[in-house]
Amino acid sequence: MAVPVPAESALSLLQLMLRMRRLEEEVIHFQRDHQGLIRGHVHVYIGQEAAGAAGCSVLRKEDRLFTTHRNHAHVLAKGGDAGRILAEIIGRADGLCKGRAGTFHVADPALGILHTSAIVGGCLPLAAGAAYAAKLQGSGQATVAFFGDGAMEEGVFYETLNIAQLWQLPMIFYMENNAVLPGERSGRGSPSSEHSAEALSDIPQAFGVLTQHVDGTDAEAVLELMQDLVARSRRGEGPFFVESRTSRWPGNYGSVPSLVGGDTDISWAWDWQSAPEVVRRWEELSDPIMLYARKLLDRGALTIDRLVELDGSVREEMGHAAEFALNSPLPDAAGALEYAYA
Amino acid sequence: MTFGQALAEAVEEALAEDERVTLIGAGFGSAPLDEAREKYAARIKYPPIAELAYCGIGIGAAMCGVRPIIELSTGTFSYEAIPQIINEAAIAYSNSGGQTSVPIVFHMFHGIRGAGGVQHSGSPHPWYWNTPGLQVAVPGTPADAKGLLRWAALKSKNPTVYMNHTRLLNTRGGVPEGPFEIHFGQAEVSRSGNDVTIVACGIQVPRALEAAETLARDHGIEAEVINLRTLQPLDRVTMLGSVRKTGRAVVTDESHDNCGVAAGLAAIIADEAFTSLKAPVKRVSTMPVPVPYAEPMEDFVTARPDRIVAAVQEIVPGR
Repeated sequence: MAVPVPAESALSLLQLMLRMRRLEEEVIHFQRDHQGLIRGHVHVYIGQEAAGAAGCSVLRKEDRLFTTHRNHAHVLAKGGDAGRILAEIIGRADGLCKGRAGTFHVADPALGILHTSAIVGGCLPLAAGAAYAAKLQGSGQATVAFFGDGAMEEGVFYETLNIAQLWQLPMIFYMENNAVLPGERSGRGSPSSEHSAEALSDIPQAFGVLTQHVDGTDAEAVLELMQDLVARSRRGEGPFFVESRTSRWPGNYGSVPSLVGGDTDISWAWDWQSAPEVVRRWEELSDPIMLYARKLLDRGALTIDRLVELDGSVREEMGHAAEFALNSPLPDAAGALEYAYA
Repeated sequence: MTFGQALAEAVEEALAEDERVTLIGAGFGSAPLDEAREKYAARIKYPPIAELAYCGIGIGAAMCGVRPIIELSTGTFSYEAIPQIINEAAIAYSNSGGQTSVPIVFHMFHGIRGAGGVQHSGSPHPWYWNTPGLQVAVPGTPADAKGLLRWAALKSKNPTVYMNHTRLLNTRGGVPEGPFEIHFGQAEVSRSGNDVTIVACGIQVPRALEAAETLARDHGIEAEVINLRTLQPLDRVTMLGSVRKTGRAVVTDESHDNCGVAAGLAAIIADEAFTSLKAPVKRVSTMPVPVPYAEPMEDFVTARPDRIVAAVQEIVPGR
């Protein structure tokens, strides 16, 4: 990091990451504590917060963000209201999409999250289309598509990458490879998906697309990279490809996400040895929130007291948000017939 | 003017009148568009052979205030883009609770064109009619071609699949002067008659009219021909009003019939006009086989005028 992030910005970045974590913990609480409340599968963003938080912190309200089935925390990071996100996840009337979208498709068009596809790679051409619109309109709006490494198994990725490069579309392909061994996060890496390529980042380079890789658990590294790429795409440059590498959270190995080590305990920031064994190595080496809090504590930009206070206020916010969602009514059944056509 | 000229006029006028209109792909068969291609080059893109991505790019742009017309050329190529058309464009407005609309036109040439072989002779409109959220236009005349396309490209807020039959391109017909539009969901009575209703869209409109002339000349049967123009929205009032008047209906469409257009329309007629019916509703569609190449076989499976005549004769007492 050439220029240290100012303490205020660092704290708000850490706070955003904590909010993303606590939001997803509420989702898992919903599933664990309320039978039938979450009727299907959910995908959580735990372990990837640095990428979404730093990536979104450089975006403006009018910039476009496209995400995936793992969208909850992205929407929060772009400025979405936690209560309305949680209400959408459980299909309530006050949800961001009036309960019509659910966990798979949370979107907030007023914040530039126009449509969320849960089809792997589904949002990639839509993001390219948003970038094409920005280019036609000369609006200077940035477009970022977050997607997983699995999308690079889909044909739509290649078609979109080709056109984005041919038409020089100002968009950022932000690929989140979320199952990399800790020691390989800063290297060239190898694919964790079913892929014949030696390294996924070789692929966009073959198309001539400017490609970067970054340790996705390092909030300040992501921030520095995205500040540069977003500024360049505002000037009409692009496309850009980022491979962001994180290591899988142990709660994500089962068929449903599970708080295998309990809720995140903020004391793991300065005392990871006290974490339950099942998450201890991960908290030591791979939890982006703990890594960043530890870094700020070491740097003297943060005290333990301040961190505990910060976490307390975030937990309070998310507790209220969960309550708001649970108190929100179910939508009127016959409302199902609305909105098929504009 | 020809159907192709009418189509070209609509495209050119849409580009001229609204700078949000952009073309992705600009083939449009033999439609005379060279001048427009030059004049509006900044808003015209020639994509690589990547239907899935360029349809998706159009959809994303439509979400951001652009009004794209995507020209897919052969209709079956749209199968390559099904995930984006059906699973993204069609659902966005509903899924967002009315926040994100997708004003886009997917234009394609469908149908048995003659020597297309099995992969270039398809009629995908039943697939799209089966998808809530999409509008489906199937113009039957040059006037329809212009009026419907202008309305879809300039006025509509919804995604439209716009199906032109390749064999209609050189057909002729009157087209009103000036910027005229046909709002979706307005069928036309193409020919009046009291003995039987023939319901059609697209290429089946001239085929139904030809059949009606034969029926009148050779059999003394006066058929009423309904040109639906759009399947979604569907003008049930005009269609059912005619069936209630004649008491008999033949529905014809150039698609396969299982869950097809003729089947769907026949079901609506049976449901809603049952007490007016004096005979079963008959359907004339492409025969249920992959369309073969050799001319006699290709012709055999087509929903030809003589098959429409035969279907009418089955339900109208001989005269």
